[in-house]
Amino acid sequence: MTNNPEYFKAERDQEWRVALRSQIKNKERTSRERVKMPEQDPNIRNKNSLEVNLGLTEEQAVSEAQRCIDCPNPTCITGCPVGINIPKFIKYIEARDFLSAAKTLKETNSLPAVCGRVCPQEVQCEAQCFYTQKLKKPAVAIGHLERFAADFERNSGKISIPEIAERNNIKVAVIGSGPGGLAAAGDLVKMGYSVTVFEALHEIGGVLKYGIPEFRLPNDIVDVEINNLRKMGVEFITNFVVGKTSSFEDLKAKGYVAFFTASGAGLPRFMNIPGENYVGIFSSNEYLTRVNLMGAAKADYDTPVLFGKNVAVIGGGNTAMDSVRTAKRLGAERAMIVYRRSLDEMPARIEEIHHAQEEGIEFMNLNSPVEYFADESGRVNRMRLQKMELGEPDSSGRRRPVPLTSSEYDVDVDMVVVSVGVSPNPLIPSAVDGLNITKWGTIHVNPDNMQSNISDLFAGGDIVRGGATVILAMGDGRNAAAGIHAYIQQTLVN
Amino acid sequence: MNKIIDKVNFSENVVKLVIEAPDIAQKRKAGHFVIVKIGEKGERIPLTISQADPEKGTITLVIQKVGVTSHKVCNLNPGDLITDVVGPLGQATHIHNSGTILCAGGGVGIAPLLPIVEAMKKAGNRIVTVLAARNKELIILEDQIRAYSDEVIIMTDDGSHGNKGLVTHGMEEVIKREKVNEAIAIGPAIMMKFASLLTKKYNIPTVASLNTIMVDGTGMCGACRVTVGDKTKFVCVDGPEFDAHQVDFDELLLRLGAYKNEEKQAYEQYLETLN
Ligand SMILES: Cc1cc2nc3c(=O)[nH]c(=O)nc-3n(C[C@H](O)[C@H](O)[C@H](O)COP(=O)(O)OP(=O)(O)OC[C@H]3O[C@@H](n4cnc5c(N)ncnc54)[C@H](O)[C@@H]3O)c2cc1C
Ligand SMILES: Cc1cc2nc3c(=O)[nH]c(=O)nc-3n(C[C@H](O)[C@H](O)[C@H](O)COP(=O)(O)OP(=O)(O)OC[C@H]3O[C@@H](n4cnc5c(N)ncnc54)[C@H](O)[C@@H]3O)c2cc1C
Ligand code: SF4
Ligand code: SF4
Ligand code: FES
Repeated sequence: MTNNPEYFKAERDQEWRVALRSQIKNKERTSRERVKMPEQDPNIRNKNSLEVNLGLTEEQAVSEAQRCIDCPNPTCITGCPVGINIPKFIKYIEARDFLSAAKTLKETNSLPAVCGRVCPQEVQCEAQCFYTQKLKKPAVAIGHLERFAADFERNSGKISIPEIAERNNIKVAVIGSGPGGLAAAGDLVKMGYSVTVFEALHEIGGVLKYGIPEFRLPNDIVDVEINNLRKMGVEFITNFVVGKTSSFEDLKAKGYVAFFTASGAGLPRFMNIPGENYVGIFSSNEYLTRVNLMGAAKADYDTPVLFGKNVAVIGGGNTAMDSVRTAKRLGAERAMIVYRRSLDEMPARIEEIHHAQEEGIEFMNLNSPVEYFADESGRVNRMRLQKMELGEPDSSGRRRPVPLTSSEYDVDVDMVVVSVGVSPNPLIPSAVDGLNITKWGTIHVNPDNMQSNISDLFAGGDIVRGGATVILAMGDGRNAAAGIHAYIQQTLVN
Repeated sequence: MNKIIDKVNFSENVVKLVIEAPDIAQKRKAGHFVIVKIGEKGERIPLTISQADPEKGTITLVIQKVGVTSHKVCNLNPGDLITDVVGPLGQATHIHNSGTILCAGGGVGIAPLLPIVEAMKKAGNRIVTVLAARNKELIILEDQIRAYSDEVIIMTDDGSHGNKGLVTHGMEEVIKREKVNEAIAIGPAIMMKFASLLTKKYNIPTVASLNTIMVDGTGMCGACRVTVGDKTKFVCVDGPEFDAHQVDFDELLLRLGAYKNEEKQAYEQYLETLN
């Protein structure tokens, strides 16, 4: 594989990189300011669904690439779950060979345009960058550069389709078309397998399509990646719920010899407080699905959605940020985040919190709803909040919120989005007899190859990790593809 | 894409479609439903699989026009393709032998009732079925229901067919006359509410098949949630059938009306485009 030190060293020793390093002194490189991503104006973007981040210009990208000092020991790579050769792709940008930069990304990451947009870089690659670690300066903008290279390739119309091994006619099934499933399908098809991706919904892409909104990740970008997989020979079957439309046994009878399950963590949690089933109270999954997947806010689509004037979103993660910013864009006068801990403890990406603040989202931290009230038609019209303070740290290391007695007060709302987490989708776990499930309902796998206790069933992404990230799901998909390959070689080929 | 093989107009507003769906036809059991979407910009709506033929690879749906999407489905003709059909979804009916079962079907609820009546009859039960609707036209599938019932009582609001009166009148007549071990009610939420109140009075275990608003139908969104015995349940994965005496029908009725204004407006606009 590509993630061993000799490979990184050999690449770094290539003549063009040596030459590039000598062109600008490190002192000069490290004295530059980090690039600022051009953005739509907050007061304009909070009324449209266009992307907030506009992307770096070529000049900005090259200049930012020059900040990277091409470290002999590039610690940034250890922070990337799929081990992208970060200095190599960045140096290609510095050399203005943007297509080679994109190709480098694709050595290990099949969806760079997606990851460049949605990875929590500040806790992954950028957290391990020499700048962050040693210089105590803002990291090289690895995510922005990744996005730049991927977008450049897409817009150039010269997308490189990876080489594919000779077809071996061995059938492998992938269940779920989110990032985990797509990454596994890409690798398996490259190895020569006949890959079918089964998707329960009518669209391919999982959370990338139904969850993350257009203003952060346009669907077109996801579609380009999916079409590449199609060109590579991956077959996609929508409207197919494995475990319902066909069982695993049925699929085996059709010739599938191994399975990768990336069915996600699609089961929304509620708080089970009085009034939570009133009209106008949604899970974030329902709200975002209506808007993103079903086009509910557009006049010519049949699916309806409610438009609130005073919208409260309960929770502090990415999903909560996406919901509240969507509500603002759909005309909410007050769009509020209600979160039981303080701003510092919010699990959402820092960039999203900043963007939300700029767009006029109200943050009601250290508050938690205890009850909802409704008018005679059953539509929510008021919520009762309780104030919280932070106590001792809990098992997650974060300080535990403790309710303050007699602190309840009421706030008018006409729409509420509950975004307090998701549980693993129980469909697959309950469809396989004897499958080893953890007490959280996730599938138990061997982390080295993502194999479950059922030897032909591999799993990864949110169904294994609970709620995780796009890049972790993709890393699992790639790991599982390697695991499935080894398994098939052992059991079938000889 | 699934092809429409056959179409029968039961009345101006109720249509039967036979649809090619071989995988679903294989797996489907009484009580299962599908989600259907018409066109790229269409809405996803749940429809019960009324019958299926695994050999021919077809399923049968019976649809009543109530809004934009159901209207679009009813306007399809043999040879047309349905953009999306997914299923079979939900939990199958628990088929068992309990003695005498009183089956109550209201309006288009008669369609989902049919496969249950058939399976319960084949399991050896005595079946007494009460079919109810506003008028004669809306009593659908009567012959098919008769084929699997020991007795059928018809109730219409206007008396144009069978007896004049509500479904509950027909049910109470049976309950007073003979020992009923179990009841099943499928129809509009308001009808199921009153059927359930009636059987509760007589302590007869009752199942209702709930017709909530849905989006995905796989447990992902919670649009279909209802309160059953003080717990929140998702109709698409935990149901659609529940112990009727535990269901909060008033909440169900409120939630069914969530988009009433939006739907009414959309339907009026849509009907204008047809003129
Ligand atoms: C609103 C929102 C915002 C997010 N923002 C970010 C972010 O900014 N950065 C980040 O890194 N992560 C983010 N995440 C998390 C990230 O999206 C997930 O961790 C990731 O998508 C998990 O990928 P997956 O492949 O495991 O599953 P998913 O993307 O959940 O896809 C699973 C797919 O499987 C299908 N499926 C389920 N069961 C079956 C079955 N039985 N048969 C067939 N198909 C089935 C589902 O319909 C679905 O399409 C966000 C999540 C949400 C909801
Ligand atoms: C599990 C399940 C099985 C179903 N099986 C069938 C079936 O076999 N045949 C069939 O015709 N219908 C069935 N339904 C109901 C069907 O899904 C709705 O009629 C349909 O969604 C209406 O969509 P629409 O866009 O045409 O109307 P909308 O515009 O959504 O609604 C129009 C009006 O109809 C009313 N309405 C909406 N949904 C329902 C509902 N579920 N029940 C009663 N009134 C409603 C609303 O008050 C609204 O004002 C089933 C529902 C569920 C949950
Ligand atoms: S994939 Fe994510 S973690 Fe890896 S380099 Fe790109 S932005 Fe960083
Ligand atoms: S650690 Fe930072 S400076 Fe060093 S190679 Fe990686 S991105 Fe460049
Ligand atoms: S319809 Fe979405 S959870 Fe039931």
